[in-house]
Amino acid sequence: MDAPSEERITSRHHPRYRVTMYEHVGVEGAWTLDYYLGHGGYDAARKALTSMSSGEVIDEVRNSGLRGRGGAGFPTGVKWSFMPPDDGRQRFILCNADESEPGSFKDRYVLEDDPHQLIEGMIIAGFAIGATKGVIYVRGEYLLGYQRLQAAVADARRAGHLGPDLYGSGFGFELILHRGAGAYICGEETALMNSYEGLRANPRLKPPFPAQSGIYGLPTTINNVTSLTSVVHIIAKGAEWFSSMGTDDAKGTKLYQISGAVTRPGVYEMPMGASFRELIFDFGGGPVGTAKAFIPGGSSTPMFPFTDDFLDTPMDYASVAAKQSMLGTGGVIVIPEDKCIVNALYNLVRFYAHESCGKCTPCREGVATWLPKMYQKLLAGLGTREDLAVIEDMVINLLGTAFCPLADACAMPVEASFKYFRHEYEYLVDNGEQLHKRSAWWAE
Amino acid sequence: MEIKSGVADDGAAGSRPGLRDGWERVRTMVELETIQPFFADRQDVLAEILGRYPEYGRRSAIMPLLWEVQRAERHVGEARIEEIAEILGLRATEVKGVMSFYSTYHEQPLGRFHLQVCSTLSCSLAGSDEMYDYLVEELNIVNGETDHEGRFSLQKVECLGSCGTAPVLQVNDDYFERVTRRRCWTLLEALRAGNLPAPWRERGGDNESAEPAAALADGGGA
Repeated sequence: MDAPSEERITSRHHPRYRVTMYEHVGVEGAWTLDYYLGHGGYDAARKALTSMSSGEVIDEVRNSGLRGRGGAGFPTGVKWSFMPPDDGRQRFILCNADESEPGSFKDRYVLEDDPHQLIEGMIIAGFAIGATKGVIYVRGEYLLGYQRLQAAVADARRAGHLGPDLYGSGFGFELILHRGAGAYICGEETALMNSYEGLRANPRLKPPFPAQSGIYGLPTTINNVTSLTSVVHIIAKGAEWFSSMGTDDAKGTKLYQISGAVTRPGVYEMPMGASFRELIFDFGGGPVGTAKAFIPGGSSTPMFPFTDDFLDTPMDYASVAAKQSMLGTGGVIVIPEDKCIVNALYNLVRFYAHESCGKCTPCREGVATWLPKMYQKLLAGLGTREDLAVIEDMVINLLGTAFCPLADACAMPVEASFKYFRHEYEYLVDNGEQLHKRSAWWAE
Repeated sequence: MEIKSGVADDGAAGSRPGLRDGWERVRTMVELETIQPFFADRQDVLAEILGRYPEYGRRSAIMPLLWEVQRAERHVGEARIEEIAEILGLRATEVKGVMSFYSTYHEQPLGRFHLQVCSTLSCSLAGSDEMYDYLVEELNIVNGETDHEGRFSLQKVECLGSCGTAPVLQVNDDYFERVTRRRCWTLLEALRAGNLPAPWRERGGDNESAEPAAALADGGGA
């Protein structure tokens, strides 16, 4: 065995690995306060507020090596330290629970089955950055999760886990829940803030960054659901425990998701640095039929061919980036051999076209208008080789030119599909029909 | 002033009221007939929602207020938009601007059962395109339409976060997951009889719920 496996856990098969964040998901009644308290609930919040300073909490999170779980992977502790010195203004901790990246569905189950875990993470984060108000922005479609959170907040308040002077520490904390209404762009942090303020959810120019000017122009820190739930366990078990898992690049445990053509799709908690092969084969049960590609981290991330080299890539930020893609949300989608890649990409392009907010020219004209039209032309059998060149040219013009990352999120997967599956595009334009013509996917 | 002249014009023989006067009369009648403010007898709900946000962030209440109306009336009509604007000290067009940005608020009334088919990649790989075609054939409506009886509305939506339990069909607020052709038929039968069955809760992956998909092969409806 190689040396790091002794020191650091990078496989779920490691004898010392234990599922933590996802341990109670799926258990009937796990969303109740009684259940949560019966399993050590709010002990970490009590510990942080009564025996640590806010600086110590930030240090602990920084030392744990936790990186943001929303997709970008920015170190959480570092982000927290960006908050300006207290100047008496209201500060906010904001939770981005607007999960809507295709292929991502981890937050939904945490919201539905373990809402107190998120509330506890919010309390600790609020304490660390000096925010007495927290906001959880839940995507509109997750009504059950929202209702479970609502009930959990009410119970927590009654039991003294929310409100003034928590645990005799002098720190008071209140939570506001806010429902979205169906807009992928709200996953972008500044668009989410505009949405929360009752504006159209167009992204804002950065800088200023949220720590300087967030909700209502006040200092705000925004984190993903599972970044915040990770914090609960970091405080409870210590930074060393967390960093005993993962690679040099990324530490800890993470909720990975797998969907598409696999035997056992779903959410699996694994240590950072486990391989795609372990997720797809050992837990996902392997592909149904023959697979030709997989998307590594949600629909925005460039796809990989289904080959050994890519399957053995560790699921951490640097290793996936070294192969010209991104870990993203860790939402793997397996694409079977008989799915036409042009067709699959049109599905994604259509998604981004629908979700483009229309604010900036490259995205409005490129993503929302021309790309889907080009794909429609190809799939109608009317495309030419020149059209392929036009699409590739559009991709170059979209990358890095738009106001927010949505256009990149659309252009990158298109680019990767040309890189690995250009022959399917060429077959389509040369023959006027798709290389793979399967149209029946629905189970009886 | 214009409204007055429109009303005063009423029944005046011989004088053909101008188009504008006629329109104003219609508007006055409609308003007189239907406008019972939505929040008039929901003051507690209104106060609770407004109380969530600080005075300087009063505008944040737009989305929750729209949600209240949408859920109760299955759409947000012009008068409700005006009412929300009035409550928040905004212009109606500001509220409309926000509302039109989002895909889950509707200007036209939805049917009693609003069927939302997730059409993004993971669901598509599990047959959601065929599920959509099946629903079109069964219900005789296409994306964005409501049937004449106001029973069913059909909408193609983007990723609902149910990729591991695809394909998913959302009926009103509930998710029905791993919808096979047979389960879809069973569900439709229940809906046609006016019943919304309890949602099928499935997770897949770690901690798969106790009831496996096979146990619900017959539908779980009725």
